[in-house]
Amino acid sequence: MPDHQHVAGADAPLLEVDHVVVQFGGVTAVNEATFVAEAGTVTGLIGPNGAGKTTCFNVISGLQKPTRGKVRFRGRNVTGAPVHRRSKRGMGRTFQRLEAFGSLSVRDNVRVAHDIHRGLAGLVRPGAKDIDALLERVGISAYADERADSIPTGTARLLELARCLAGDPKLLLLDEPSSGLDETETDDFGDLLRDLAAEGRGILMVEHDMDLVMGVCDTIHVLDFGSIIASGAPGEIRRDPAVQRAYLGYSDEVPEHELAGAGVGVSAVEETRTDLVPVGAASDATTVIPAVGATTPEDVR
Amino acid sequence: MSSLISFTILGLFTGAAYAIAASGLVLTYTTTRVFNIAHGAFGMVMAFVFWDFSQRQGLNLFLSLFLVLGVIAPAIGWGIQRFVTKGLGEGPVSVALVVTVGLFVGLIGLAQQVWPPEPRTVPPFMASSGVQLGDTYVTAHQIITIVISIGVALALYVLLNRTRIGTAMRASVDNPELLRLFGGKPDTVAALSWAIGISLAALGGILLSSVIGLSYYDLTLLVINAYAAAMLGRLKSLPLTFVGAMGLGILQSFAVAYLPSDGFLAGTRAVVPALFLFVVIVAMPQAQLRIGQVKGIVSAPLPSITKSVGWGGALLVLVALLVGGGMSTANLLLVGTAATYAMVMLSLVLLTGYGGHVSLAQLTFAGVGALAYAKLEQPNLAGLFLAAAIAAGVGALVALPVLRLTGLYLALSTLAFGVLMDKMIFQAEFAFGFNGTLQAGRLSVLGNAIESTGGYVLVMTLFLVLMGIALLLLRRGPLGRVLIAMRDSPAACGTLGLDMRWFRVGLFGLSAGMAGLAGALFAGLRGTIGAADFQFFNSLPLLLLAVVFGVTSVTGATLGGVGLMLLPVMQSNNPGIAGLIFAILGFGAVALGRDPNGLANLMFGLGRRLQAVVLPQLRDKLPVLPGSRGSDDGEDADLADLLPTPLDTPQPPDSTGKVPAHA
Repeated sequence: MPDHQHVAGADAPLLEVDHVVVQFGGVTAVNEATFVAEAGTVTGLIGPNGAGKTTCFNVISGLQKPTRGKVRFRGRNVTGAPVHRRSKRGMGRTFQRLEAFGSLSVRDNVRVAHDIHRGLAGLVRPGAKDIDALLERVGISAYADERADSIPTGTARLLELARCLAGDPKLLLLDEPSSGLDETETDDFGDLLRDLAAEGRGILMVEHDMDLVMGVCDTIHVLDFGSIIASGAPGEIRRDPAVQRAYLGYSDEVPEHELAGAGVGVSAVEETRTDLVPVGAASDATTVIPAVGATTPEDVR
Repeated sequence: MSSLISFTILGLFTGAAYAIAASGLVLTYTTTRVFNIAHGAFGMVMAFVFWDFSQRQGLNLFLSLFLVLGVIAPAIGWGIQRFVTKGLGEGPVSVALVVTVGLFVGLIGLAQQVWPPEPRTVPPFMASSGVQLGDTYVTAHQIITIVISIGVALALYVLLNRTRIGTAMRASVDNPELLRLFGGKPDTVAALSWAIGISLAALGGILLSSVIGLSYYDLTLLVINAYAAAMLGRLKSLPLTFVGAMGLGILQSFAVAYLPSDGFLAGTRAVVPALFLFVVIVAMPQAQLRIGQVKGIVSAPLPSITKSVGWGGALLVLVALLVGGGMSTANLLLVGTAATYAMVMLSLVLLTGYGGHVSLAQLTFAGVGALAYAKLEQPNLAGLFLAAAIAAGVGALVALPVLRLTGLYLALSTLAFGVLMDKMIFQAEFAFGFNGTLQAGRLSVLGNAIESTGGYVLVMTLFLVLMGIALLLLRRGPLGRVLIAMRDSPAACGTLGLDMRWFRVGLFGLSAGMAGLAGALFAGLRGTIGAADFQFFNSLPLLLLAVVFGVTSVTGATLGGVGLMLLPVMQSNNPGIAGLIFAILGFGAVALGRDPNGLANLMFGLGRRLQAVVLPQLRDKLPVLPGSRGSDDGEDADLADLLPTPLDTPQPPDSTGKVPAHA
């Protein structure tokens, strides 16, 4: 792997998550998570379902206030900043549970993003950016005139990526971007990620496709029960006994290929678990189950 | 000192009744996520049923109570949950609000129809008994009410904490689907909580009816007090709800006792609950953006600009023909009124149809515009637009305190605002005055006063058409796209960099400004206006008619305006069924509320089918004119334009074959 560290030349890392704690009622979803994502690199955030990955994303993007800890973005503390201000500073994200604008066409989804990015001027007259080129770049031109609620899941994830790119972000937070893509599409997607990183953008990605994660990430952080249990290059992560324990439930010397293969298994588990989680609930199982217990005793009596 | 005690006891009594009703509201909201605006209306109807049993039919008091609280109210609650509000909690807040507003209006209409206005009294329980507490006489009814409220609190505590079904109720608060997975029955839980909720509303209504009388509106609007109390508990906590209810009861009682009974402050006595509600909402913590809720909405199709201009012109010609055809002044005034309502509904198209927010006091904003126009005494374009700008500013001010909140709370703050304006501002000396009116001059354009009613109505129609076209232009542009995007996914808009708080304030302001412009024009039309022209309550049928006719299209608003104008006409022509008309409107909105595209969209569908099916057949039957083959296409196009397709008819599907809903 080439060394992409410090491409931007800044001293501070692009994104620093500093001892972040998130508690829902009595349950700790994220526990003292500390990690960085550098500009010009692809960073993976992996872990079993319910480990707190999406909650981490929500904290970073501002949708969830952390109980404790700090988030620094481009050298500035943004922990208390509202969602839109972080975006203005160059943060873009996609969602595990899709948030495409269903009533708009795919092209209009991206156009809206561009208009919002341009601020007040964007609300008055249309921008000049070549929207179709963006659609071409992520490979969804064929769907440009479809309503966004009628396209396949994988395509909608790519649409969310295109929508982010319309705002030219410095940091991309991608929440399971490859689920719903077939093998060829996933390969193309990996190449796109490398391209985006080569432009100097930082990419932080939650992903269950281990082949993709191991193939494109420069650094990987592993979350389990809300804590970072390992950080390092893909090779190191593969060999880490703690990671193997977290993924497979036992620690004794698992051959490397089995962990890689386990990615598929984990994805399958993820699918079933996701089905259990109802529409409208937060996407991490940990955020759902405690919420029931959390609200009951004090709130309704 | 003795007055302090007696007013405290009076306050505790009303507070206890509020607490009973409010706990029912909290129960239904927490378990089903449907905020029942009609909660008080159910209490009102049940109080009438109780009167009917115990007074008119002379049934035994306890039997009547049992029938109402133990049989009828729970059955209605169960039925409403099963057949009306089921599944509403998961949809957009605006739909649930419209449906329960429909119930609200429908129940008032029903009560008026079944029990026509006549003096009725419900005697208090154990009317002749009471206790002498020092200088203060406490009636048995007051003691019974306070005791019952304590009993309700205890019963709810035991139900929720000590029984299996209660545990299931608490579990379904957060996650009905998860409850289902663990073997619970969310539907049973929801139905049960609605049965209990409506029963509690009935109990609250019955206890209060002997004090404030059997009145359709007073009992119904009492629910605002329950809202306020429930809001203190953030619609979740029953103990805080009880605290809120008692505090509000005492506050209200003290306001009556110690605030001056004349002057400006006298008005505040009537609006203590609304003020309380407003303050509690403003103090609510920041709402977090919810994710994972996205649903695209199939909206009424957008017409091309040429077509809009064409239909707008047709409307103008129609009105001109009516004016030129020697229509009576009375009828011309009705046409002008319809245009006013249509413009107010256009402001709802922007706010609700495009933006997904609900205002329960849109007519009040029209009143602000009318008041400003009359007070400015500048009957010209400058005065008109200044009046609209003032209304816009007031609208932005209403949205400002609830900047951080969304949906339900924004709607409730408009409700509190409507009540405040009704009871305090509009009646004040500096406004219309108590039961007073103001004079307003007819508009003059560039120095030419439009004195004739016909000419004025034509100008109003012109404003309506221009407003409609402007709205469609806005919808087609970047701003319209952002509005739709925000309705579909606020969370995504936030992460794309949109500061939705100010955007929402701007949207609210713009919408209020449109309503204000309509109100100002209406003031000029009528010449004399008063607070009665803009009563808060009338905003609710306005909202309902807008939704029934289609709040996503300009056509829907135009038709809705005509409908709202006809409503009182129909009622005065058929006084026997005045209530029934309201009931039909309300329950019709309940049936149609789930589709905001309304009747207008059905008409568009019909128009499209006409073009697709009837037109080719018609063409086949037409004899081919010799030598006219070449001009055939042109003729067809003309024919298509002549067909009765309404304003918002879409362009024929474009070459890609997509429905141009997002054009």
